[in-house]
Order: sequence, then structure tokens, then C-alpha cells
Amino acid sequence: MTGIPPVSIAHPLTLIGAVFTPWIALGIALLIAFFACYLTALSWADLTFVLPATAFGNVIVALLARFWLHEPISIERWAGIALITVGVGFVARGPAQTARPKSNEVASDELTTGVETAIVAPAEAPREEHVR
Amino acid sequence: MSAAFAVPLPPQAAGPWAAAAMIATVVLCSTAGEVLTAAAMKSIGDLDEIRAQSGLKGAIRAVITCPLFFCGVGFLALAFFSMLFALNHLNLSLVAPASASLTLVTNAIAAKLFLKENVDRRRWTAAVLVCIGVYLLAH
Repeated sequence: MTGIPPVSIAHPLTLIGAVFTPWIALGIALLIAFFACYLTALSWADLTFVLPATAFGNVIVALLARFWLHEPISIERWAGIALITVGVGFVARGPAQTARPKSNEVASDELTTGVETAIVAPAEAPREEHVR
Repeated sequence: MSAAFAVPLPPQAAGPWAAAAMIATVVLCSTAGEVLTAAAMKSIGDLDEIRAQSGLKGAIRAVITCPLFFCGVGFLALAFFSMLFALNHLNLSLVAPASASLTLVTNAIAAKLFLKENVDRRRWTAAVLVCIGVYLLAH
């Protein structure tokens, strides 16, 4: 966008010309692809599952900036990358979908109990080893 | 992008309350948009299955014939323009991290209330961790 001369409010039609600039067209195509993938993910997974997972894009941008554009990354930002990675790992270990139709209520209950035991299990395992 | 649209405004035109109101508008619109879009996709059903049955065109038709989807996209567009408005008055280093990280938490609350998602301790932890992470990364 910075490669294009400044667009004035009086001539908004120049923006339509900007859409056909190769880089902007590619950007728009990729945004459409992102939205299509995002909608497909939302059709089979919870919003609280998809949103933290898409935040991983921030990490990819930061790593591309570091290793491709050679931009410096401060300790604060490395901490941010670590927190997002841990958060995404956390949510990815759980079930993708928890909101179920009423007819499957029993199955949903079984699902949540299964998850709870899955959460408890790793915490107990090291304790047992410690005793031994 | 914002430089191309630069409208001459006095610097520091917005006080703290106006800034909070602008960020709150972005966060509310974007949360409403995300929740409505998610509800629309839930009502349509698994897109992969629809595509397997009636092809890509059928899947696209299923999405664009859902009124709830357009409500969601409308709110997302509103969030985008209120974001542009906020960027016209405030610094990017304030608006971007604040709106991105707050949206994650408000979405978790809205998903629990309206979409009846089971937001357990694991998901709260993930939402808060990612929220702090996005704030640190975008600041």
C-alpha cells in the first residue's frame, strides 16, 4: 500500500485500481483463503478452540520477522511467543467441540468425564514416580 | 494504509475515556461478529461433510444462504471500521494489543453464555495465556 501514491478522500475510486495491484490482489486472495479455512474450522470446532489456535499466527509472523526480515525480537516478545505456544498447546489437548445437541447429552457427559480424567492423569503420574 | 488515509487531526485528540470507549467498541463489535459467525457455522453443520455430499458449490451456497452468517460478517466489518476510526485517534501500539487480547477473553465469556460451550479450566487458562502473550507480542 505504501508503494501507491497517497489516496485522497476526494478520489475513492483510485482504491478500486489498487485492488488490482499484484501484491494487494495476492493479499486479498490469501485473506479470503484464511476466512474460508476459519469458517470450515468453526463448523466442526468450538469458538473457544479455534480463536486461541488462530492466535498462533502471531507467533509465525514474529518468527518470520526474526529469521526472514532479520528484525530484532525483545525478551518481552519472546515471552509472548512462549505464552501463546503454551496456551495453544493447552487448548489443543482438549476436545475440539463441547457444545452438543440435546439428543447427545449422555455422550457429552461421558466426553467431559473422559477429559477430566485425562487432565488428572498426567498430574498424578509423576507423583507416583516420586513415591517410588 | 492509515498513512494513505491520513486526515489532519490534532495529536492527543482523545482523552482516556474516549480511548477506552473506542477500544470497547472494537472489542464488542468483534466479539458479536465472532459469536454470530460461529453460531451460523454451527447451525449449518460440518462443512467438510456438506462438501463431500454436494461439492464446493453446495458448501458455498450453504454458507451464503445463512442470514446469521451475514449478521456476523456485518459486525466483523463494523469492528474493522471502528478499528480504523480508533487508529485515526490513537496509537497502533495501544489499539492493536488491547483490542486483540481483550477480544480473546470477551469471546470466551460470550461463547460460554451464548453458544453454551463448555469453557472449562483448561480453556480459561489457554485464553488468559494467549491473551497475555498477544499483548506482549503486539505491544
